[in-house]
Amino acid sequence: MVALKVENLVKDFKRSITLRKVRVVDGLNLEIRQGETFGFLGPNGAGKTTTLKLINGLLHPTSGSIRIFGQDHRNVAVKGRVGFLPENPYFYDYLTAEEFLDFYAQLFGIRRADRRVRVRRLLERVGLAARAAEPLRKFSKGMTQRLGMAQALINEPELVILDEPMSGLDPIGRRDVRNIIVELKREGRTVFFSSHLIPDVEMICDRVGILVSGRLSEQADLHQRLEMTSPASDLRVSGISEETFERLDALSIRTVVRGPEILAEVPGDGSVEKLIDLVRADGGRIISIVPKRESLESIFLREAAPECTESSELEVDRF
Amino acid sequence: MKVQAIAVNTFREAVRDKVLYSLLFFAIALIGASVVLNRLAIGQQTKIITDLGLASISIFGTLIAAFVGIGLVSKEIERRTIFTIVSKPVSRGCFILGKYLGLVLTLAVEVAIMSACFLTMLAIYADDLVIPALWAIGLIFMELSVVTAVAIFFSSFSTAFLSGLFTMAVWLIGHFTPDLRVFGERSGTAMRWLTEFLYYALPNLRNFNIKEQVVHGIPVAAEFMALSVVYGLVYVSVLLVVATLVFERRDFV
Ligand SMILES: Nc1ncnc2c1ncn2[C@@H]1O[C@H](COP(=O)(O)OP(=O)(O)O)[C@@H](O)[C@H]1O
Ligand SMILES: [Mg+2]
Repeated sequence: MVALKVENLVKDFKRSITLRKVRVVDGLNLEIRQGETFGFLGPNGAGKTTTLKLINGLLHPTSGSIRIFGQDHRNVAVKGRVGFLPENPYFYDYLTAEEFLDFYAQLFGIRRADRRVRVRRLLERVGLAARAAEPLRKFSKGMTQRLGMAQALINEPELVILDEPMSGLDPIGRRDVRNIIVELKREGRTVFFSSHLIPDVEMICDRVGILVSGRLSEQADLHQRLEMTSPASDLRVSGISEETFERLDALSIRTVVRGPEILAEVPGDGSVEKLIDLVRADGGRIISIVPKRESLESIFLREAAPECTESSELEVDRF
Repeated sequence: MKVQAIAVNTFREAVRDKVLYSLLFFAIALIGASVVLNRLAIGQQTKIITDLGLASISIFGTLIAAFVGIGLVSKEIERRTIFTIVSKPVSRGCFILGKYLGLVLTLAVEVAIMSACFLTMLAIYADDLVIPALWAIGLIFMELSVVTAVAIFFSSFSTAFLSGLFTMAVWLIGHFTPDLRVFGERSGTAMRWLTEFLYYALPNLRNFNIKEQVVHGIPVAAEFMALSVVYGLVYVSVLLVVATLVFERRDFV
């Protein structure tokens, strides 16, 4: 079942002074399956926020279609099944946390008795139960973000859309948000969140999409892709004879001798096992074996960086 | 229920907003000033109290409607609180109507407090004027409801500052639309078209002004009152529908 389907989505903005059109989202295709956690990665200015605003009906697409659970995304009934946390949210600072969540619950038509229970439970879940009666004016950035999370979950949404939920948070705050996302997945909800923080995405997502200049340049199952493209390992050994070193050197992509230790980059074709046996037979010591998975970061850099260099070259050409 | 939630939240914001209290303070101070004036102008007490009282309710009400009203709508957009509202199952029309009703509720409370001060004072000097003054206040409230709708309409597509300016301009011209028409009839064709357009497009706020009659003890026809109220309600409805249509097409960036 598809939770969200975006087809040929295009969004142009008019620059206010020159009135020239800028294409920020450029024929985006995206499919989020029900129950998965999808990381929407991209460098700053790639168009992540614009895409999420289009999906949530804050912006009107120039062209293309957005369907949530098979229906038009502007459908009011469909909106009742979605939760959204905007980027750097700001909320009514004259309300207390409790009043604030109660107000949003009313926007979903939730009955008073249910509202009270839900608000309590959510405040607890995001760790703000003790601050329930405090006005939001007194809330720090981290607390506002937690409350934003609570606001996005007030209708127990099937699809949760979060724009940079971890940005601007300290490590504890990031961990808490991460834990909430993992819990949401466990509850069977679909989570679609944008980020430029690679480790967070890598840790908790099933799939990622990398957005560059308003297009999805990569959409892949995270685990599969990383295994597939990561054949090599780093092997560190010591105390081997000259002869074994030569065999090691021949089987490795390259070797580095550092004092008593030898570091070898071994291809992922079964050579590692062979070499381990060899070193042990020689009475040598194996210090570590680290499989060299291609990290998301290197994928990210490969996808996003050519664009950056291209544009900087353009700049150079122009002047 | 959603409209009600937005309206109540708007009212709550207005009440917790300090600007509102200062305007109220001014209104009360002005009415108080009429007491002092009254001591100076012997024999004219009731006229001055009625004049000043009704005028200050109208002017302060208008200021609140224009500036606080616009502030409450444009703040939602500027501070991006609207992001989380529009992404909920709330239509834009629902948002506009909720905001509008919240502001009208705020104004009702404002006008009620100002009127309570004014009518108490009036009752001391001329209790026979209390009932006619109440009618006048009723129409002032209708006028304020129209001005609020104008403010909402402008802030559906314009910045807070410009909306405030436009609203005050409409309010000013709105008190002179019949003169505008007379003026147009004496001018060239182009001017006549323009004044004719303004005459029909802008609200005729004189329909809500019976201050003179009250001050001079002239009775006001019930049909006039009823027509004014109907006119106000129709005008408000049209403005809110147009504001919704404009708002529907708007991108929140
Ligand atoms: N209202 C707007 N008018 C013109 N350009 C815009 C507007 N909003 C965003 N942009 C541009 O669109 C690009 C993408 O922005 P955004 O979606 O915020 O990216 P991200 O969230 O990935 O950092 C940026 O280059 C930004 O300058
Ligand atoms: Mg962004």
